[in-house]
Amino acid sequence: MTIVNDPLNAKLGDRERLSYIASQAADARLNVELETEGMTLNIGPQHPATHGTLRIIARLDGEQVVWAEPSCGYMHRGYEKLTEVRTFPQVTTLINRIDWLGSFANEVPFILAAEKLMGVEAPPRAQWIRTILFELSRIANVSLFLGDLGVQMGAVTPVFFAFRDREYVLDLIESATGGRFHPNFDRIGGLKDDLPAGWIQETKQVMRKMRSFCDEIESLLFGNEIFQSRTRGIGVIPRDIALQYGLSGANLRASGVDWDLRRDQDSPLAWKNADWKVFTHPDGDSFARCWVRLQETREATKIVDQLLDGIPSGPVMAKVPKIIKVPEGEAWVSTENPLGEMGYYVVSRGDVGPFRVKIRSASFNNISVVPWVLRGVYVPDIITILASLYFILGDIDR
Amino acid sequence: MSWLLAFEVPYWGQSVFRVLGGLVAVLLPAGTIVYVFLFKMMSFMQSRLGPMEAGPYGSLQLVAEVGKWLQKEDIVPANADRKIFKMAPVVVLLSTFLLVAVVPFGPDAWFTNFETGIFYALAVSSVSVLGILMAGWASANKYSLLGGLRAAGQLIAYELPMVLAVIGVVIQAGTMNLQEIVVAQNAGSIFGFDGLGNPYIITQFVGFVVFMIAIQAELTQTPFDMPIAESELVSGYMTEYSGFRFLIFFIGEFATAGVFAMIASTLFLGGWGVPFAWFGWESVDQVDNWMNFAGPVIVITKMMLITFLVMWARFSYPRFREDQLQRFAWKVLIPISLVNIMVTAVFKVAL
Repeated sequence: MTIVNDPLNAKLGDRERLSYIASQAADARLNVELETEGMTLNIGPQHPATHGTLRIIARLDGEQVVWAEPSCGYMHRGYEKLTEVRTFPQVTTLINRIDWLGSFANEVPFILAAEKLMGVEAPPRAQWIRTILFELSRIANVSLFLGDLGVQMGAVTPVFFAFRDREYVLDLIESATGGRFHPNFDRIGGLKDDLPAGWIQETKQVMRKMRSFCDEIESLLFGNEIFQSRTRGIGVIPRDIALQYGLSGANLRASGVDWDLRRDQDSPLAWKNADWKVFTHPDGDSFARCWVRLQETREATKIVDQLLDGIPSGPVMAKVPKIIKVPEGEAWVSTENPLGEMGYYVVSRGDVGPFRVKIRSASFNNISVVPWVLRGVYVPDIITILASLYFILGDIDR
Repeated sequence: MSWLLAFEVPYWGQSVFRVLGGLVAVLLPAGTIVYVFLFKMMSFMQSRLGPMEAGPYGSLQLVAEVGKWLQKEDIVPANADRKIFKMAPVVVLLSTFLLVAVVPFGPDAWFTNFETGIFYALAVSSVSVLGILMAGWASANKYSLLGGLRAAGQLIAYELPMVLAVIGVVIQAGTMNLQEIVVAQNAGSIFGFDGLGNPYIITQFVGFVVFMIAIQAELTQTPFDMPIAESELVSGYMTEYSGFRFLIFFIGEFATAGVFAMIASTLFLGGWGVPFAWFGWESVDQVDNWMNFAGPVIVITKMMLITFLVMWARFSYPRFREDQLQRFAWKVLIPISLVNIMVTAVFKVAL
C-alpha cells in the first residue's frame, strides 16, 4: 500500500522532491539540537515529605517523572539479627520500634508466634485487652496519617487537629501500659497488667472524640475540591498490580480486593466478637486509599466500643515458666496491622532466644509498587502518592 | 498639609519624609500581619496558643525572630552565582517598595500621585518575578530551580486576570489615578443614596473575587503556593537562603501581602475615604485636613480585613497542582473577568 500524501511518492518534480528532503533534514537537525536532557532529582534522604530517611531517585522530564526508584536502608537497624541475641521476652522491646506510631500492634504477632510454638494460650481477658490496645494503636497511627495528608498537600491545619486528638488515645495507652509510644506490655501467655480503674469509661469518651475527629477531617479534607482534584485519578494501582506487588492493608483494599486478616484469619484475638465491616474501594487511586483509612479508623472505634462492653473477667496471664524456653519449631503469625500485613516467622532451637526471626513488615512491600506507580506522574503527585501509600520509615527498614 | 508644618518643607525634606513614610508603610503592615495572622490567628485556628513567652501574649516574638535571623551566618552555596544570589531578595523587596509608592493614604497624604497609578502598580508588581527567577536560578539547586520556574509561570498566568479585574474598576471610575478612584467611590452614590458612597465591591463584585484570587496567587499563598511548596520542594526558590537574606524574602512576602491588600482596599473598598456625604463634602478639595491622619488608619483597617481573607484561605486549603493552577487561570478566571469587563462597559455606556 502506498501512502497517498507522501510527497516522495506523489508525482513531483525533482526540485520539489529535493526541497522536501532538505526541509525534513533541517527539521531533524533542529530536533536533535533542541533535545533536552532530563534532570535527576534526589528526593530525600533528608526531605520534609519523606518523614524519615527514604530516598526517591526520580528522573524528570520537566516536571514529569520518567523513572523513579525508592532507595531504602538509611535507617536500617538490623532488628532481625538483633533478636538472635535476645531472649524471647526481650524481643518485644526491639520490635516496638518497627512501626513507631502503632507500637503495640508490632508486639502482638511476635508474641502470638511464640505462644504458638510453646502451645500456651493467653486467657480470654488478655486476648480482649490485646485486641482493644491493638485497635487503639491503629487509631493513633491512622489519625496521624489523616492529618499528615493535609500537610503533604499544603493544608497545615488538619495535622494539628490530628496531633491534638491522637494525644487522647496515647494518654489511654499510657495509662493502661505505662508507655505512650513503646508500651512493651505484651507478654508470652498474656499481659503485664490488668486495666486500671475507670479506664473503660474514659476510653468510651475518647472513642466518641475520635469519631468526631473523623467527621472533622472528612469535612475539612475529603470534601475539599482541591483535595479531590489532587487525589482522584492520581496514582491508580489496579487490582492485579496491587496483588502482584504484594500490597496489603488499606492499600490493597483501596484497589478493590476484599482482604482483611482480622476477619479472614482464625486468630485467638477477639475481632470475631465484634460486629464491624471491611471497607473496600473500587478506584485504587490516592483518594481511595485515604478514604479506606478514614473508614477504618471509624470502624476501629466501633470495635473498641463493642469489645469494651463485652470484656470477660478472669486472669490476664496464663501459667508460664519463669524462664521461658521455647521448644524447637517454626511458626509464622501475621496480623492486620495499621499499615498492612505484618508477620513474624520465628525459628526456635529450644533456646531462651529465637534462632532466627524474619519480619515481614507492611511498608516494605507497600513501597515496592512505587517505581510502577510513579512513572509518568508530576512532581507534586509524587508527594500525594507517597502520602497516600502511607509508610513508616522504621517499618520499611526495620 | 502645609498647616502641619509652619514652614515650607524643601524638596529634599519632602523626599526624606516620603522615604521614611514608605518604610513605615511597608514594614509596619508586614510586622502586624505576621504577628496577628501568622502567629496568633493561625494558632487559634489550629487549637493552640502560638507564641506566648516573648512579651505580653508573645507580641515581641517577631523581634526575637528577627534577632535570630540577623545573627545567622549568611551562607552562599559553593556553586551559586554569587552576585545574583545576593541580589535576588533585594529585588523582591524592591518591588514592594515600588508598589507602595502609589497607594493614597489621604487627600494629601500620598507618596506620588501618578495619573496612571494602577497601571504602574500592576507593572512594578511583576518585578518580584525577576527576583524569584534570579533566586531560583542562582542557587544552583534543583529544588530552587523548579520553584523559581513554577513561580514565574504562576505569576505571569495570574497577572492577566488581575489586570482584567482592575479594568472593570477603571472603566467605572473613568480614571487610572488611584486617588481619583478613591474619590469617585466616596463621592458616588447608589441610586441616589449616598450614605455609603459607592464602593466598587458592590458593582464590581466579580472583579473583586477575581482580584482576590489573583493576589492570592501573586503572593504565592496556599492554595497557590507551589513555588515554595514545603512538602515537595523543601522551600522552593528560598531553599538555599539563610540569615538576613531569608528574612528579606520573609518580609517581602508579608509586606507584599499588605501592600496588595491596600491596593485592593483602594480599588474596591473606598480606600482612605469615608463617604463624603457624611460631612457634606462635594469634592476632594473640600475634604478636611484631619483626613490626612484618619486616612492611613482607615486604609490599614481595610487592609487587615482583606489580609484576613487571604490568610484564612491560606490556613484552610490544600494546594493545587501546577497544571491545575494554570487551567484555573486560563479557563476560569480570564473568561469570567472578560465577561465582567463587557458587562461593565455596557452598563457604563447605557447609564
